[in-house]
Amino acid sequence: MSADAVVRTARSRRARLAAGDVVAWICGGIIALAVLVAILGPLLAPHDPNAADLNDQFVGPVAGHPLGFDAQGRDLLSRLLAGARTSMLGPTAVVVLAMAAGVLAAVTAAWRGGWVDAALGTVMDVLFSFPGILLAILASAVFGPSLWAAVIALSIAYTPYVARVLRSAAVRERAQEYIAAAEVQGASAVAICARHLVPNVAPLIVAQATLLFGYAMVDLAAISFLGLGVQPPQADWGVMVSTGKAGVLQGYPAESLAAGLCIVVVVVAVNLLGERLGERRR
Amino acid sequence: MAEPVLEARGLRKVYGDHVAVDGVDLALAPGGSLGIVGESGSGKTTVARMIVGLTRPTAGTIAVCGRDRSQPARGTAERRRRAREVQIVFQNPYASLDPRRSPADALDEVLRLHTDAGADERRARIAELGELVGLDERMLRARPRALSGGQRQRVAIARALAAQPRVIVLDEAVAALDVSIQAQILNLLADVRARIGVAYVFISHDLAVVRQIADETLVMQRGRVVERGPTEQVLDDPRDPYTRLLRASVPGPGWRPVRRGAPTTGGAT
Ligand SMILES: Nc1ncnc2c1ncn2[C@@H]1O[C@H](COP(=O)(O)OP(=O)(O)OP(=O)(O)O)[C@@H](O)[C@H]1O
Ligand SMILES: [Mg+2]
Repeated sequence: MSADAVVRTARSRRARLAAGDVVAWICGGIIALAVLVAILGPLLAPHDPNAADLNDQFVGPVAGHPLGFDAQGRDLLSRLLAGARTSMLGPTAVVVLAMAAGVLAAVTAAWRGGWVDAALGTVMDVLFSFPGILLAILASAVFGPSLWAAVIALSIAYTPYVARVLRSAAVRERAQEYIAAAEVQGASAVAICARHLVPNVAPLIVAQATLLFGYAMVDLAAISFLGLGVQPPQADWGVMVSTGKAGVLQGYPAESLAAGLCIVVVVVAVNLLGERLGERRR
Repeated sequence: MAEPVLEARGLRKVYGDHVAVDGVDLALAPGGSLGIVGESGSGKTTVARMIVGLTRPTAGTIAVCGRDRSQPARGTAERRRRAREVQIVFQNPYASLDPRRSPADALDEVLRLHTDAGADERRARIAELGELVGLDERMLRARPRALSGGQRQRVAIARALAAQPRVIVLDEAVAALDVSIQAQILNLLADVRARIGVAYVFISHDLAVVRQIADETLVMQRGRVVERGPTEQVLDDPRDPYTRLLRASVPGPGWRPVRRGAPTTGGAT
């Protein structure tokens, strides 16, 4: 390779790194914005998200209503802003619950090995064979359809994925001599796992969590779309995609499109950022 | 021998139907140094792990400072007391430190476990331990990634010393190091023993290394002790045919590498 080419490669690599950082910053910004809206949404909404006026049915953007109205004449922008809360909270809860259960199962299996590992593996295999949507249908049949029924169902459905991926990393880490050294130092198993084992698989935990957030957001929207999650008239992006169906058929796709776009943008931002975080640690 | 600081009788470890260790007896005087040599797979690491409590013996007893430790420790106090009796240094300097923790952190963790010392006192003790093994302030604050193999092994030795144990088991502790670094670490170990009177169980397959560090040596073959005695005697005047073989396979002065496949005068290599 000529010196010139070397310089060029080096330059393009630097450009790529900088571009990576720009993407990471944009994704971070989008996520921060989404979180902010989720927290403040109802306060930011210029109108009551549930105030219907059939005179405004499918009216397009007008002054004070930049996105127009839905099939019941409710202000779309207000519904999007108010809907951010359940749309963000649901996946966050799924990530927290599934990661907590998955990490616990993976670390316990790796630490104890033997029959404990085998038993946990069997439990995870059984859970693995239930699709999340099926569990959600069961949960809504038992607890009645609600966001929380869906969250619990998805958390259970995702736990085996998390546990399986993390277990092999935890087993590798468990075999490292620094863990044995800490055991010989007389540290307790819980302390060793909390201080050494889990932090050393943390990059994988972060990567898993971001992937999971994306899946959970899409699945929760699908569950709400099926009428098993968040219940209308409450504003929620998944519910809005669903209730917007009627408008789509009548040539007014604004509601479904806007809510769907919010979901896609957040999911893509979270996944890209997760990917970047995972790469940087490696 | 004075009351031994470490004594094992009839140690045996069976994995499935494979006998890894088969009736090993050993005793170590306070401040003494016992070498264990033997070919790969002869059970040396298994003995080491049983002594420090990482592996549970199938049969036999282990006592340190007169206290039995054949069964797993019951309770926190017992576990920590055992830690203050025996420590271990492993072979692989790259796996024996938490990659996320600086040496100072690693030492601090041990001091927190075993002393009530305040932050200032611990900091002083960490500097002291660093000085004992030849690590300066910069190395103590570095990430393990930034340290050489020899430096990491110094950290592992300092960490083993931090709890002030009576015995340190060193399992192939210099095997992964360059010869010149090996010599430094061996000098360090001899120095530490002279200064604080800790006893060593020094495991190696390198007879030259054992000769430098061990007062007594035992030779293991397929899980059994085939010869034991003062190191000089075992290595210079081996009784057991296996020890002779082991010694003959060590390149000594005048030894020349023979390229495999090249014509030789002495038959197979
Ligand atoms: N956890 C285990 N499960 C099954 N077999 C084991 C286990 N640990 C050791 N062994 C077997 O026990 C025997 C002794 O192994 P050990 O590691 O003690 O040998 P060693 O003398 O330390 O060898 P090396 O010089 O290669 O380190 C070997 O045959 C090994 O395969
Ligand atoms: Mg070994």
